[in-house]
Amino acid sequence: MSYATSLYLTGAEIGLSVSGLVLLLVTAWMGEKAGRGITIAAVAALFGALFFNVSLFDGGAAGVAFGGLFLADGFAVFAKSLVYIATIACLIVAPRYFNGHAEYRGEYPVLMLFNAVGMGMMVSATDLMTLYIGLEMSSLSSYVLASFARRNEKSSEAGLKYFVLGGLASGIILYGVSLVYGFSGTTSYDGIRAAFTADFSTGAMFGVVFVLAGVAFKIAAVPFHMWTPDVYEGAPTPVTAFFASAPKVAAVAMLVRLATGPFGGQVEAWQQIVIFAALASIVVGALGAIGQQNLKRLLAYSSINNVGFILIGLAAATPEGISGVMVYLSIYVFMTIGSFVALLMLRDAEGNALSTFDDISGLSTTSPALAWCLLALMFSLAGIPPLFGFWGKFVVFQAAVQADMIALAAIGIAASVIGAFYYIKFIKVMFFDEPKGAAPAKAPVSHWGVLALSVAVISPLGYLLTPWLGNLADAAAQALFYAA
Amino acid sequence: MIGVEHYIIVSAILFVLGVLGIFLNRKNIIVILMSIELILLSVNINMVAFSAFLGDLVGQVFAMFILTVAAAEAAIGLAILMIYFRGRGTIAVDDANQMKG
Repeated sequence: MSYATSLYLTGAEIGLSVSGLVLLLVTAWMGEKAGRGITIAAVAALFGALFFNVSLFDGGAAGVAFGGLFLADGFAVFAKSLVYIATIACLIVAPRYFNGHAEYRGEYPVLMLFNAVGMGMMVSATDLMTLYIGLEMSSLSSYVLASFARRNEKSSEAGLKYFVLGGLASGIILYGVSLVYGFSGTTSYDGIRAAFTADFSTGAMFGVVFVLAGVAFKIAAVPFHMWTPDVYEGAPTPVTAFFASAPKVAAVAMLVRLATGPFGGQVEAWQQIVIFAALASIVVGALGAIGQQNLKRLLAYSSINNVGFILIGLAAATPEGISGVMVYLSIYVFMTIGSFVALLMLRDAEGNALSTFDDISGLSTTSPALAWCLLALMFSLAGIPPLFGFWGKFVVFQAAVQADMIALAAIGIAASVIGAFYYIKFIKVMFFDEPKGAAPAKAPVSHWGVLALSVAVISPLGYLLTPWLGNLADAAAQALFYAA
Repeated sequence: MIGVEHYIIVSAILFVLGVLGIFLNRKNIIVILMSIELILLSVNINMVAFSAFLGDLVGQVFAMFILTVAAAEAAIGLAILMIYFRGRGTIAVDDANQMKG
């Protein structure tokens, strides 16, 4: 294996890093005026990375780069494409949002680019060292993004809380990694898998548990979810949309690869933990959202709830389950970006966010198009059949039932009925209450474009994608289990 | 003779101290940043000890990466703390309560 192949396989990451560095210089040179141009250049770079990534998939090559540190297989390509699409969507809506607050700067797209590099490394990592570097690259830029609206006290508090709890999570993962290294004698996934099949000591078990707990922090699974509502509420809304989509996809993909790869010989060791986290996330996400008045907080609980459904697919520990996870993630990305973009479009004429249920009452008369889009998104998040969100839940539950986890699937379905309560509350408030506050101001075309695309994907039209999406997800899952 | 267990025990103690420092500390956010550093350093002790006893260099390379990332993390943490202090005029843990619910 030559350096040329390694460089080719990591082309997307290299391209993004180089464009990030160049754009950072341009930002430093041109000052605050450059924000918009830099955003366009960053979106172009991400599109380039996306197409390059897809072209790797067409080649069908599962290539190992840099002596086993980095793997470009079908699974990585699938997850990376999702990550790049989500990043592009969150980047497109940002400039017009921040211009209302006069705080947009060129550093924002640069941080998103570095974040995308980190996330790409997370999903492609086949060595704990690559995993750690990718994770930190993504996390460190996320902390800065959360506190990006510097004059806003909530934003800086969100950044601080995210930093402290994210730092703790990294520390926990790292402690687990050090134990795994110590007890297996290697940091490569293949080596760990080989070492963890025969005798599995208590120390190694501790390592696995610590790693899983730290990753649970990153994907906001219960019992490590407490930072989510605060950070989602305080961070600027485009950043919240980003946190709820791309890094979550990357962290789940990383977790799936860890669970099936290095820890794949010890399924019993992690399956119980994943089942507990899945059930607890579904229940806490559903119950916690009920009393919320703030819409962003409510969607934060909704994302905790969704992580629970994703983990059900992983708990099944079969190729069907992993394929279900990937399908669910793809649909979830569009649902969550759509709903957060709808929230950030809800602003009155002075640019103040309409952030509570009182603010959106009677939205169907003041802004009917937005209200209908939100209706579709909420029904989809609740998993109501004609919409695409139902399909994601269906494949995950099907995998759980096939893996003889009927109790798990039953509790999940029961809790998703509880969850439907607060999604339907949106509909009730928007369509059946009298308008109270100001009508939302006209939103820019870029916001409408992203919203319309997300709604089109989650609408019944999305079912046209199922054969294609299913095949891709199956191929991605097969890539994991073939390697294993 | 000092074996690898002694190193693991020291690092476990440091790790627990770091975690407790984050959760029990009710005063100052700087102390939380110090606790995070303590956790990362406890991991480094583990890494280097395992590396030495396994006769495998990877652990020491990893420790170098951890040191580098810890420096970046501290820089970003202090920067966020700065903008927080500028807005609020305090860095007491109990005052970080703009959002609740």
